[in-house]
Amino acid sequence: MRQVTAWGRLSASPHHVINLNDPSTARYLICHGIHPGLAHGMGRSYGDVCLNPEGTLWVTTGLDHFIAFDDCTGRLACEAGVLLRDIQRLVIPRGWILPVTPGTQLVTVGGAIANDVHGKNHHVLGSFGDHVQSLTLIRTDGEVIQCGPNEQPDWFAATVGGLGLTGVITQAEIQLLRVAGPWLETETVPYANLDEFFRLADDSEAEWEHTVSWIDCISGGGGRGLFLRGNPADVGEQPEPVGHKLTMPIVPPVSLVNRLSLRLFNTAYYHLKKWQAGRTITHYEPFFYPLDNLLEWNRMYGPKGFFQYQSVVPRDVGQDAVQAMLKEIARSGDGSFLAVLKTFGNRQSIGMLSFPQPGVTLALDFPNHGDRTHKLFERLDAIVHEAKGRIYPAKDARMPRELFEAGYPRLAEFIKYRDPGISSGLSRRLMGS
Amino acid sequence: MNNKKRIVIIGATSAIAEQCARLWVQNQPADLTLVGRDAQRIERVATDLKVRSPQSEIRVVQAEFLDPDAINATVVNIVKSGHVDIVLIAHGSLPEQTECQNDLQSCRDTLEINGVSPVLYAEAFAKEMEKANHGTIALIGSVAGDRGRKSNYVYGAAKGLVTRYAQGLQHRFAGCGVKVVLIKPGPTDTPMTAHLKGKGAKLAPVEGVAKQIVEGVESGKPVIYVPGKWRLIMMVIRTLPAFVFNKMEI
Ligand SMILES: Cc1cc2nc3c(=O)[nH]c(=O)nc-3n(C[C@H](O)[C@H](O)[C@H](O)COP(=O)(O)OP(=O)(O)OC[C@H]3O[C@@H](n4cnc5c(N)ncnc54)[C@H](O)[C@@H]3O)c2cc1C
Ligand SMILES: NC(=O)c1ccc[n+]([C@@H]2O[C@H](COP(=O)([O-])OP(=O)(O)OC[C@H]3O[C@@H](n4cnc5c(N)ncnc54)[C@H](OP(=O)(O)O)[C@@H]3O)[C@@H](O)[C@H]2O)c1
Repeated sequence: MRQVTAWGRLSASPHHVINLNDPSTARYLICHGIHPGLAHGMGRSYGDVCLNPEGTLWVTTGLDHFIAFDDCTGRLACEAGVLLRDIQRLVIPRGWILPVTPGTQLVTVGGAIANDVHGKNHHVLGSFGDHVQSLTLIRTDGEVIQCGPNEQPDWFAATVGGLGLTGVITQAEIQLLRVAGPWLETETVPYANLDEFFRLADDSEAEWEHTVSWIDCISGGGGRGLFLRGNPADVGEQPEPVGHKLTMPIVPPVSLVNRLSLRLFNTAYYHLKKWQAGRTITHYEPFFYPLDNLLEWNRMYGPKGFFQYQSVVPRDVGQDAVQAMLKEIARSGDGSFLAVLKTFGNRQSIGMLSFPQPGVTLALDFPNHGDRTHKLFERLDAIVHEAKGRIYPAKDARMPRELFEAGYPRLAEFIKYRDPGISSGLSRRLMGS
Repeated sequence: MNNKKRIVIIGATSAIAEQCARLWVQNQPADLTLVGRDAQRIERVATDLKVRSPQSEIRVVQAEFLDPDAINATVVNIVKSGHVDIVLIAHGSLPEQTECQNDLQSCRDTLEINGVSPVLYAEAFAKEMEKANHGTIALIGSVAGDRGRKSNYVYGAAKGLVTRYAQGLQHRFAGCGVKVVLIKPGPTDTPMTAHLKGKGAKLAPVEGVAKQIVEGVESGKPVIYVPGKWRLIMMVIRTLPAFVFNKMEI
């Protein structure tokens, strides 16, 4: 048994850890181990979706081999433990790029499929699952299922965004996107309130592939922030930035994130960036994955860990709901460094339990202050529920079952595809097993 | 003929060796020969490297690891298709020490696969490289070979054998075109040490270890400790007097 924590570091619970290093032995290990088990990639999910306390974890990071790449068509086949970082580094110099990546590239292909992750370009290219052409799924009874958008599409729809509960993905084929190089033309535009945010979002969607915004959730609840947008740019050869990796060396005894440091940070960040506003050429790594060079930054929240609260609410009620949430947060004083506000495009996701839906998504980090934090979440839940929104399981460690059921109407359909030998902390909490 | 660097890896499915191979082909296209015992597993490594570097030549050889005649034939065959610039001898196996104590068969297997086998491969390449007066023989030993410890002394004895052997080979080739590099990794995060991880052992990430190996082999240094701090740590361990050392739980 080994103690394993997820990215939020809220708990450390014992797991039987089994490394899947070799596809030829994976099926045997998955069928014959101690059940229930759960696939585990880089553990970059914040809460218990990637944990199975007291049970087995099949760690997939040893399944890190490429299988095929066609320069002409942009089709990539690889094992499920390959990191998105390694794909980007391989294919960008050859004129291709992953169409969709989340805010960190230190995640596995299997994890990206199982949470059907989204990036800054949802309004143009949807989520990760939209670009998966096929995948191989191993079930704990030994069955091997090959599925894709045109092959057993029901299994595919259950597995994309399926939270690891339909089986273990061992390999996948992904359709990449043409790209000129590693550079983007980017622009930072300050906004003073939510009205301005929504106007910027609407105006940007047609012209800009990537949009996201950082919102200051401390100062008055007014919703000032910085809107960031970007397009791939063809600027020829330029020297790439040298990555300086900094690691948070230890877990500080208390959270470094408190009301004072937050207020200072938010004010300083806003004014610094506002001063730098305007257009510039940016390398894809700092633009897409700004925190990846600060390894293990999650430690700064101290030994009690932290929560992320990410919701999406439909567009028609979006502004009011976001305004209401910001007000609750400002009132609590427990704001976050990482408050991200972004609109999703008007498209349905493939997965039965995929998170993205048309609307606006707000993501916030909160240090774990126990009761006080949970009380705030209950008030936010009420707003999300009222707005007919949903919470992102990849970030969740505490949403109530009613909110999950209300937010994911295809849950009953999904349950039929679950693998009885697989379970997670989250599935036990939200699905009863 | 081509002008790519010709690199042979014995035990090419080893996690450390595979990371080295990825770095070699990432730096520039190479001519790689991957030698291992299991065809399917070597093929998987080869396929991955081919995707990473389509311009590289990747050959696979399934081979025997203990039989001297078979080893000789394998090496002669490899060298027939051109001079070898680097051979990395990487295979090895770390059993539970108690298994070696309770079962002489396992004790012998451990000595053979970690000690005798790498030496036979190195010796076969030494003969060929001497003729060409060119090439680098890189052997993966271990910090475990620096001083016998109760927790792994049979494995450590085999690695110690490799250490002495490499010294002798360096003496033999001093001042000529053949270089011999002995690599001594500290505990590294690979399948070999997966069972130690649960016990809270501090393991170095394999990518960093491989990077230092590739750089060390390039520079032709006689002995490389990876990560470098192990040079100092093992110097201390080697010089501790027995009455202190024997009281330590290591
Ligand atoms: C800094 C940061 C920024 C982020 N930004 C975003 C973002 O912008 N958008 C977004 O969508 N997400 C974002 N995330 C969340 C992250 O992308 C997801 O949690 C992702 O799924 C993590 O992948 P992983 O490899 O770490 O998987 P894990 O967290 O280990 O596992 C995630 C889920 O996938 C399942 N799984 C993993 N591998 C397999 C497999 N081989 N077969 C079947 N199931 C499997 C697990 O069982 C679990 O349910 C961010 C996370 C961090 C830390
Ligand atoms: N990891 C560490 O902490 C550490 C520390 C010091 C030294 N080392 C040394 O580094 C080298 C590489 O180790 P690693 O960590 O990369 O281990 P690994 O990933 O477990 O690789 C072991 C390699 O040895 C091969 N092998 C094992 N037993 C064999 C046998 N009986 N016959 C033929 N081949 C056999 C394996 O082949 P298959 O794939 O076919 O099984 C595999 O290629 C070894 O010499 C090891 O002793 C490792």
